[in-house]
Amino acid sequence: MASPSATADVVAPRSSSGGDNYLTHDKGILSWIFTLDHKRIGVMYLCSVLTAFALGGFFALMVRTELLTPGRTIMDHDTYNQMFTLHGAIMVFLVIIPGIPAALGNIIMPLQLGAKDVAFPRLNLASYHLWVVGAIFMLTSLAINAVDTGWTFYTPYSLTTSTAVVPAAFGAFILGFSSIFTGLNFIVTVHKLRPPGMTWFRMPLFVWSLYATALIQVLATPVIGITLLMMIVERTLHIGIFDPTLGGDPVLFQHFFWFYSHPAVYIMIVPAFGVIGEIIPVFSRKRMFGYKFIAISSLAIAFLGFLVWGHHLFVSGQSVLAGTIFSAITFLIAIPTAIKVFNWITTMYKGVIHLDTPMLYALAFLWVFTIGGLTGIFLAVMSVDVHLHDTYFVVAHFHYVMMGGAITAFMGGLHYWWPKAFGRMYNEKLGRIAATLVFLGLNTTFFPQFILGSRGMPRRYYNYLPEFQSLHVLSTLGAYTLGIGFLMTAFYLVRSLKNGKIAPANPWGGVTLEWQCSSPPPYYNFHKAPVVTAGPYDGYEDLMYDEKLGGYLPRPSSGDSPPRPLK
Amino acid sequence: MIVSLSMSLASAAFAAEPQLPKLPASPYFWMPPSASITSENTDALYNVMLWMSLFFAVAIFYAMARFCLKYRAKSRAANEIAQKTSEHNTMLELTWSVIPLLIVIPLFVGGFKGYVNLRTPPKGAMEIRATGQKWKWLFNYPGLGTPDDTLHVPVNTSVRMVINAVDVIHSLYIPSFRTKMDAVPGRYTDLWFKATQVGEFPIFCAEYCGTSHSDMLSRVIVHPPGGYEQWLANTIAAADSLTGKDRGAMLYEKQGCSTCHTIDGSPKVGPSWKGIFGKMEAMTAGSPIKVDENYLRESMMDPQAHIVMGFSPAMPTYQGKLSDKDIDGLIEFIKSLK
Repeated sequence: MASPSATADVVAPRSSSGGDNYLTHDKGILSWIFTLDHKRIGVMYLCSVLTAFALGGFFALMVRTELLTPGRTIMDHDTYNQMFTLHGAIMVFLVIIPGIPAALGNIIMPLQLGAKDVAFPRLNLASYHLWVVGAIFMLTSLAINAVDTGWTFYTPYSLTTSTAVVPAAFGAFILGFSSIFTGLNFIVTVHKLRPPGMTWFRMPLFVWSLYATALIQVLATPVIGITLLMMIVERTLHIGIFDPTLGGDPVLFQHFFWFYSHPAVYIMIVPAFGVIGEIIPVFSRKRMFGYKFIAISSLAIAFLGFLVWGHHLFVSGQSVLAGTIFSAITFLIAIPTAIKVFNWITTMYKGVIHLDTPMLYALAFLWVFTIGGLTGIFLAVMSVDVHLHDTYFVVAHFHYVMMGGAITAFMGGLHYWWPKAFGRMYNEKLGRIAATLVFLGLNTTFFPQFILGSRGMPRRYYNYLPEFQSLHVLSTLGAYTLGIGFLMTAFYLVRSLKNGKIAPANPWGGVTLEWQCSSPPPYYNFHKAPVVTAGPYDGYEDLMYDEKLGGYLPRPSSGDSPPRPLK
Repeated sequence: MIVSLSMSLASAAFAAEPQLPKLPASPYFWMPPSASITSENTDALYNVMLWMSLFFAVAIFYAMARFCLKYRAKSRAANEIAQKTSEHNTMLELTWSVIPLLIVIPLFVGGFKGYVNLRTPPKGAMEIRATGQKWKWLFNYPGLGTPDDTLHVPVNTSVRMVINAVDVIHSLYIPSFRTKMDAVPGRYTDLWFKATQVGEFPIFCAEYCGTSHSDMLSRVIVHPPGGYEQWLANTIAAADSLTGKDRGAMLYEKQGCSTCHTIDGSPKVGPSWKGIFGKMEAMTAGSPIKVDENYLRESMMDPQAHIVMGFSPAMPTYQGKLSDKDIDGLIEFIKSLK
């Protein structure tokens, strides 16, 4: 057999439950904290990110509960301002940015490359440790006097408020380094650790998307780092940079901030494209339509994402000429994004579609991302943005993209790779119910906010005019539905670790390399580095579902010679 | 007439909560009523995009649903194999790249035209100054010495608002006029409109500015022809005639004092004015200070100099905004609150 070990892994359906895998290879808490194994680092990231997600979600529910009535419901002005700030800062810096790349990417990407690990395992561990330190700083702010600036830290408000801005901003600064380390690591990994035969256009789309994301992380994150540092210096040493009373320019901060934070939007959504690019072909049993375009468009979006930050400043007093250029480039991004959606849907045409939980999340993604994308066009049209800027329309738009897009894809990826990472199947029925609840919940939460925003309801409002109440109540009910969906997910995922069915090596019939090693993967991933001879989505017809196993095996008719798992 | 107006102003000072602006009924589902010519471009483009979005969303959802139903697998065990289709089709991909491009170009041009119009006030427009401060909008009218907290404008007249802020960034937002502009400390920005409907419309602060951001509301009152001039004359006369504690009571409302200071003894963002005069107050730094005329004057002109213990330095300075007559009036008003 040409590649005996890889084949053996496919055939042996995790009879390795008693055998050696990365979860059981070393024992003790220290073997986790100081591990250099990409999968363990990924699992630690996953647990941390999900904990932060629970915290951020709790703050979101507090905010939504307060908004049930036009006046005071459960908290005062200042607490509300702290709640929405913490919700935003935690969700952006601690959840969505590291969510797909650092958690799922760390576990899966080296496997998809048939590699033993990422290029720099120690840097990878340092990235996680920095994440923890950054998170501690953010929580310090929470303990002292939680920051109330909004996650955007706009000056001069952030320079004058009496809340603990410095620890929160310093936390974000440290988290920036964590993000840069992951990005740097992934760039080198993709360049240097691809297996023999895997050319650039044989890379899975998930790898492409993480590569594009990593480029943004490395190039854009230093800008937010230095900006936050300048803000901290100004706050503590009163050096005039952004504060007009010290001769600074407060709008300069907005330019610096969005120079990072707009590309950061793509740090959040491009990996989501990658996850969708994995799920749709596998669950449609078909190759991705327009693979090359999708791969390249991730890079194009990453590049153009650097040139549109000024569309956040149409009403800041920015010059008309600058606004015009930013608006035009913003429209350009709409094109590759639209084509991606068309390609994903065309992939399903004449496929064999399996509506399991990961696919349900991918379909939910297509739905909400379409709405998020189309409403983005409203905001790119300058005159219309003047009306909609800083209203609930913007809140709804970016939640459709960030929560509906990035988090939905993250949930899809989590379910898709859960059997691989932990060697257990979750309860499929509960999975489908929870996915449906999440989908319904997020549309009920955020769609009414489009109407609120168009009608003039500004964002970050504690009190509001009584005329807006019914839509706010609807939105809050949606948020509770979301909460129930996620609680249910947490319940069945945790339970699966103990009671779940033992997962086969390849439960969904994927042909990318991560499905070739056992579930969970052995400590060294592959006993022998695989050789790639075909594209990332070739060969679904060579796999066959085995009911007893609950997973896929090479189709026997393809001969007793080595099956073709390496395609 | 003048007397009755001044009476009503003084009594308004003792109203517990400022009245909320009313959101006027709208003939549209998505938008508030349109009350300025600056709304036209925005509403037209919004409608075009709404229908376009609806078309694309329905087409995409239909394709998704249809494919899911039509090509749904029987079961995993059936091991069906997908039909062969091409995995890339240059014509198709070109078509669906070019069509969105052809759609967004006119949208961009329309938005550009509207934006240039929104940002270019017509020559000879009437000027009103707007100042954002925590947490009140103050409007200065030509010929009126003291600012007002409500925006009064004549109908069918181009008005240019010159906007700035004294503390942090605010944003002047008039939904019914579809316009908005940030108020930035240390620089001037502007917006313009030409009201087409007589009536009252809400004004919001759209840029987050701290504790009472969501209470930084105001109203624009669009007067019928002649009404604005009448209002201005009445207000000038009333403002000049008020002295002493009545003047202070008027300023308490109009200058935004009531946003942070109550007159019933309960602390808000700042200390309550009730019974504060003559009291010894502990300070956040330094020794306690007796609240007398000089301390009150200093607190208005240089609010950060001495902060009463338990409060944060949130107050903007009123240097240049209050005359000596105004300051005397406010001090008399505070003295009267025993």
